[in-house]
Amino acid sequence: MKAKVYVTLKPGVLDPQGKAIQHSVELLGFNGIADIRQGKYFEIALDGSLDQASAREAATRMAREVLSNPVIEDYRVEIE
Amino acid sequence: MKFGVIVFPGSNCDHDAYHVISKHVGQPVDFIWHRDTDLSSYDAVIIPGGFSYGDYLRAGALARFSPVMNSVKEFAARGGFVLGICNGFQILCEAGLLPGALIRNRDLHFICEHVHVRVETTETPFTNQLMIGSVLRLPIAHAEGNYVCDDQTLEELAREDRIIFRYCGEGGETTDDSNPNGSRDQIAGICNHERNVLGLMPHPERACEDLLGSADGRDIFRSLAATLAAHAATF
Repeated sequence: MKAKVYVTLKPGVLDPQGKAIQHSVELLGFNGIADIRQGKYFEIALDGSLDQASAREAATRMAREVLSNPVIEDYRVEIE
Repeated sequence: MKFGVIVFPGSNCDHDAYHVISKHVGQPVDFIWHRDTDLSSYDAVIIPGGFSYGDYLRAGALARFSPVMNSVKEFAARGGFVLGICNGFQILCEAGLLPGALIRNRDLHFICEHVHVRVETTETPFTNQLMIGSVLRLPIAHAEGNYVCDDQTLEELAREDRIIFRYCGEGGETTDDSNPNGSRDQIAGICNHERNVLGLMPHPERACEDLLGSADGRDIFRSLAATLAAHAATF
């Protein structure tokens, strides 16, 4: 079982890296892009001792307390 | 009065802070390894600049989990004075001792240059030897110094007179051009509600000798020393 955690900047928080990436992508000739926001992705391999609900709870706590900074970031957890 | 300088793996301004306390403040000072937890003999603790834990995850995010940080929280709650400089400011925000966060500079670059900051209040243990509106020339050296916070926090900081330093021009004017990193409301340094915890991005410890291009940082350490001396006289 794996926990996947996506951490993204909250809407409204400036993302200068995303802007720079968007600029580069546009230089490559891609059009029609309204915005690019950069985030982080964590893949947490679980050893199988937790059931799905406990795994979700653990990963959510990790996301909230370590992987994201709640002042500027949101997170999303997937278990599979 | 006794000072401590906390050392994380990756701290690199710890010796500068130590030097300033021992040479310019003239008081005893120890290095405190991040695994130590006993702060009972200290009156003030400095969290120095650097790249604790290589800035992995987010600047200051992993240092928050070092054993010494629980002690720093207790120390601050007891009224001990805590000064976080640069990475130290980032750590204090991550640890929840100061509100807001420091994100990537507006223009993405690592900025290493002298800037001007305006003293916005002298009602703190760290600025009581300064004058409101006086302009200090201090170096900055950071990639994540762009201070952000929500509207409510900003309003609270302003209302409680907790914005201590703002980036400004040489004459003290706050324009967008004098904001090196995009910080909200030109904020360069803030304190907590109780006013005993200060975080700032500029490096006063690197500006205490004319030889280094500026000695303006000295008054911040002198203020703290004056505060501690007054405390010692009271008790």
